[in-house]
Amino acid sequence: MTQIHIDGLISACSAIGAGIAVCSGIGPGIGQGIAAGYGASAVGRNPGAKGDIMSTMLLGQAVAETTGLYGLVVALLLMFVKPFGK
Amino acid sequence: MTSSVAIGIDMASHEADFYIHELYPVNFFGTTVYITTTHVCTLIVLITIAVLAIVARRSVLKKREVPSKFAAGVEIAISTLLNFVNGTMGKAGKKYINYIGTLFIFVLLSNISGLFGLRPPTADYGTTLCIALISFVMIQYAAIRYQKWGAFKSLFEPIFLFFPINVISEFATPVSLSLRLFGNILAGTVMMALYYGMLPIFCKFGIPSALHVYFDLFSGAIQAYVFCMLTMTFVADKRNVEG
Repeated sequence: MTQIHIDGLISACSAIGAGIAVCSGIGPGIGQGIAAGYGASAVGRNPGAKGDIMSTMLLGQAVAETTGLYGLVVALLLMFVKPFGK
Repeated sequence: MTSSVAIGIDMASHEADFYIHELYPVNFFGTTVYITTTHVCTLIVLITIAVLAIVARRSVLKKREVPSKFAAGVEIAISTLLNFVNGTMGKAGKKYINYIGTLFIFVLLSNISGLFGLRPPTADYGTTLCIALISFVMIQYAAIRYQKWGAFKSLFEPIFLFFPINVISEFATPVSLSLRLFGNILAGTVMMALYYGMLPIFCKFGIPSALHVYFDLFSGAIQAYVFCMLTMTFVADKRNVEG
């Protein structure tokens, strides 16, 4: 049986953890889609207020995106900074 | 070839290059710090902004029958900025228009600089944390200035047990502001580096232009807008509450 080196094990587990962390992109995707859908229906109902609807929608989407970005940052930390390897 | 040891990063692959390179060591009171690509790119962006500002000023001040196209464009940009700030903050907008305009131009040009082969300065957490901290100080100053004791009283609402949670929510503001900008721009940078580094040579002509339009232009402009918009919203929120 071959020996598993501890550094290799840590790298592999970090990669798996990064993959799991990026799954946090699912939630913001759904949320942004819902916001864009309601934005489109609002523009359909009241085309005059397109500018206001657009800016409100973008703001809401940016706030909804934050959790996904936390996941991304955690994944990048795990992949490239390797906090557990040292 | 520059030394390619990024901060705390072992270079695993030389193909995908999105790291911060250390260019020139500087001895800073006994510790060695490095002039990195972020500094160089920030300097380039700042020089670009300064040149643009000087050219814009000269072309606007020049007396003519009909203003040149560039001067007209500058006027349109300024009036758009005025409408944007006044529409969000109301009467208070006049005081903050300088800061918001500067912030918008700097963040926008930093994000777009990926298009010109630079590494965007906003893809370094140092830059985004600093501008988010400036915004945070401004928000807290507005709260203390316009609500007086209400700013401290609102930390204990609805009952005093909520004090730690309110403090955390105040300090979450700069963290989320900076991480949002950083994460978006870094994601774009990493995607472009992976595309350029990993694919065979015939994929590198034509197709990346669409990716550049999305990751650099669209995403960068949206994030600059969102950063300014959120700063204005927070400040206006602190100012308008009767305390």
